[in-house]
Amino acid sequence: MLNRQGRPTTPGAAVESAHPTFTGNRALQQEEPLIFEFGRTDVIGVDLDEPAPVADRLGGLKRKDTIGLPGLSEPEAMRHYVRLSQKNYGIDTGLFPLGSCTMKHNPRLNERMARLPGFADIHPLQPASTVQGALALMDELAHWLKELTGMPAVTLSPKAGAHGELAGMAAIKAAIAARGETATRNVVLVPDSAHGTNPATAALIGFTVKAVPAREDGTVDPAEVAKLAGPDTAAIMLTNPNTCGLFERDVVEIARVIHEAGGYFYCDGANFNAIVGKARPGDLGVDAMHINLHKTFSTPHGGGGPGAGPVVLSDRLAAFAPLPYVRLDDGRFSLVEHAAVSDQSPLGRLTAFHGQMGMFVRALAFMLSHGADGLKQASEDAVLNANYVRACLADLMSLPFGNRACMHEVLFDDAWLKGTGVTTLDFAKAMIDEGYHPMTVYFPLVVHGAMLIEPTESESKASLDLFIATLRDLAFAVRDGDTARFTGAPYHAPRRRLDETRAARQPVLRWTAPAPVAEAAE
Amino acid sequence: MRYLPLTDADRREMLARIGVATVDELFTDIPERMRMAAPADLPRAKGEMEVERHLGAMAARNVSASSVPFFIGAGAYKHHVPATVDHLIQRSEFLTSYTPYQPEIAQGTLQYLFEFQTQVAMLTGMEVANASMYDGSTAAAEAVLMAHRVTRRRKAVLSGGIHPHYAEVMTTLSDLAGDEVVRLPPDVTATEDLLAAIDDSVSCVVVQTPDVFGNLRDLRAVADKAHAHGALLVAVFTEAVSLGLVEAPGAMGADIVAGEGQSIGNALSFGGPYVGLFATRQKFVRQMPGRLAGETVDADGRRGFVLTLSTREQHIRRDKATSNICTNSGLCCLAFTIHMSLLGESGLTRLARVNHANAVKLAEALAAVPGVKVLNETFFNEFTLRLPKPAAAVVEAMADHHVLAGVPVPRLLPGAGLDDLLLVASTEVNTDADRAAFVAALTEVL
Ligand SMILES: Cc1ncc(COP(=O)(O)O)c(C=O)c1O
Repeated sequence: MLNRQGRPTTPGAAVESAHPTFTGNRALQQEEPLIFEFGRTDVIGVDLDEPAPVADRLGGLKRKDTIGLPGLSEPEAMRHYVRLSQKNYGIDTGLFPLGSCTMKHNPRLNERMARLPGFADIHPLQPASTVQGALALMDELAHWLKELTGMPAVTLSPKAGAHGELAGMAAIKAAIAARGETATRNVVLVPDSAHGTNPATAALIGFTVKAVPAREDGTVDPAEVAKLAGPDTAAIMLTNPNTCGLFERDVVEIARVIHEAGGYFYCDGANFNAIVGKARPGDLGVDAMHINLHKTFSTPHGGGGPGAGPVVLSDRLAAFAPLPYVRLDDGRFSLVEHAAVSDQSPLGRLTAFHGQMGMFVRALAFMLSHGADGLKQASEDAVLNANYVRACLADLMSLPFGNRACMHEVLFDDAWLKGTGVTTLDFAKAMIDEGYHPMTVYFPLVVHGAMLIEPTESESKASLDLFIATLRDLAFAVRDGDTARFTGAPYHAPRRRLDETRAARQPVLRWTAPAPVAEAAE
Repeated sequence: MRYLPLTDADRREMLARIGVATVDELFTDIPERMRMAAPADLPRAKGEMEVERHLGAMAARNVSASSVPFFIGAGAYKHHVPATVDHLIQRSEFLTSYTPYQPEIAQGTLQYLFEFQTQVAMLTGMEVANASMYDGSTAAAEAVLMAHRVTRRRKAVLSGGIHPHYAEVMTTLSDLAGDEVVRLPPDVTATEDLLAAIDDSVSCVVVQTPDVFGNLRDLRAVADKAHAHGALLVAVFTEAVSLGLVEAPGAMGADIVAGEGQSIGNALSFGGPYVGLFATRQKFVRQMPGRLAGETVDADGRRGFVLTLSTREQHIRRDKATSNICTNSGLCCLAFTIHMSLLGESGLTRLARVNHANAVKLAEALAAVPGVKVLNETFFNEFTLRLPKPAAAVVEAMADHHVLAGVPVPRLLPGAGLDDLLLVASTEVNTDADRAAFVAALTEVL
């Protein structure tokens, strides 16, 4: 099975592993069953006294079935999850060059700060008088975000980047409604290189998505935007720096064209990491931009989340921010949780409470630690590191848009693999054997077999040099026809290549008790 | 700067290798006049001690739940989280990993997600669950969108017992998508006539149990009528611990279950991050939003797990995706699944009994305070009081007595004429002394 870009989804033939063990374990690599296979429903790892009986108030709605949830004692739980953790690769394990995802160092100071009882152990609906410090923290984070982006307003509540896109595009939709143009202004321009969340968000709230093709050099051509923009244009969703790792050098002109057509400029700020302290989106004509605190400001990705996606807004959109927000009157903070009759915004809440407080604390700790000077240095180092990787690999791997300066990530395609029998995916899997997490592969979709490398500012030169030497060694192996090193990889990971086709064809999405085995006939 | 490994010598060497003289030559695509001339007007770098001092002072200005008798619920609950949970979720390999796009080196994440999905399915009495949404409210809003896809209708009926914030999230999203929402008026005593609102134009009926006022709701009659009209029942909950004692929505005919999982394993954290639980029936799985972990085998035939059915998702399907969600609540799922494994069936059901018993004791004690009335016939660990004075003022006054008493209903529903109602929750953390403090403070301020 292959996908559109030739990415195999079914592994090849099995390879017998040498030196089998009785347990299947390999020293520190322990095979670990599911909790359902060794937990017992009568085991409790939390001591709690049975309450004295009361006359229940359940009105006959007491649960009748058994749930089947297995329990583990504390030592069993500890060992189970530690063993699972050992099958995972994290930033703390090694270089994690996942383009677009910004896998930078996660300082533990931030974890400590987020766990202060004054932040972790407060309820979102406590009286405002009892959470003045929390509201002050949100206000201070908002100040940093506004200063760094040069935008006048920010909404903190979105829970991740895609949720921020929703908030920003919803504000745009509300602003268009306020102009009485809902019926006619409903097209959103989205470049082909955009992340999938951009078109998905626009479509989710009823916009029609029109694609903007990239020009030869991987950026968006304002002339192309001008051709597509008109009285039906609600907005453009432009990622800048874009997903090819390039700064959209005509961004100011694109903003002008969109504004002239009466539309708004939504900027996907997932790649803000490259330009913090170097340029301000507010100066580039942006009307709304989400910031992934879990990328640029280092809140841990946690195996897929949680994140946080505050959205900065221009004056034109500030009135259309969703509820709630923090207000300061005479030195006292309060939360505005309901629209006043006089409010312009028809937008209500997008989430139950005020946003990802745990992430706000971590992000602010990160900002305070760096300071304005450190954040600028971090951007410069991130860009320097990516360009260093580019410069050291450009002779072996193909750069779809030529060997020119990139931002914080460098994009290669698979032209250099053509005819070698090795695909982008194979190359990525061979990196696993070398102890690296692969780069982002097959994204963005505008180049074939994409490999998007983002080293981040957290890597030392020595670390980059070894990484580069490794990729060069792999590239030479491709040239030398050592395809087995790639097509069968990974050989040394906790698992060999996994059968994705089978997973999708016969989905097994939960554990179920095995059917009882019939007694063997004598 | 302690987080940046490059030295100036490294930087010079690297610039030379790249073939530029200064780092600014790498930023020339940014139009010159748009480059920041002066650094942002923000403080300079700080060491760990200074950051701790700065943030510590802010934290100290908040009253933490553990420091006072605490009875606030309404969508987020103060529970005890075992030390093991917090230790394990800080394991580097969990904390600093990404979405498991490379399954061979992400089996840890994928296996716990598979375990999480199974636990959520069991708990809700459903067949399948996803790998989480942002929180209970966005899970509920996504459930409505999913019901529209399944039924090809675009009208949701919301019970008046739904948490007002959840109803607002569902309404906001439906308004944006151009879908219809019929929101019934606040239903303090669970006496609304939901059945009358169901007809052939309805895509789904959304009911919360325990509802925001604490009442337990029997969903069976609503499910039957919804199904008779080709509509789905979406069941919502905000207190996951209730499922240890109360009938599962799946057993009462729910087609989609959307709930908040914060209560298991996750801190209050002023409202986030939390973890949205989302479960449904097997036959609707291809209309589900969000990531799914599934079982498969590797090239050597060994069991392993991958993200699957991703043709539903934005990175493949773009504007035709079932949802725009990408980053979800991964680490909060891990906290949930570890805490749930420590509890197991026996621990969860006992925890639920303790919560219920504590709430019953509190309700009895408060009902004896002159002028105070408990409005609920039924409840799990939260109920509604009618006070002889505006609830907001009472809560403020009680905070001055160092008791955090609950959520005044007008905070959630201003202008609804419910100013004298107070939502009160009691969990396993409350002691007899806490209850006595509540009664004393309330008696004092009334
Ligand atoms: C370019 C881009 N846009 C948007 C997103 C979506 O952000 P999130 O995953 O936080 O929802 C991502 C990251 O996943 C991204 O890389």
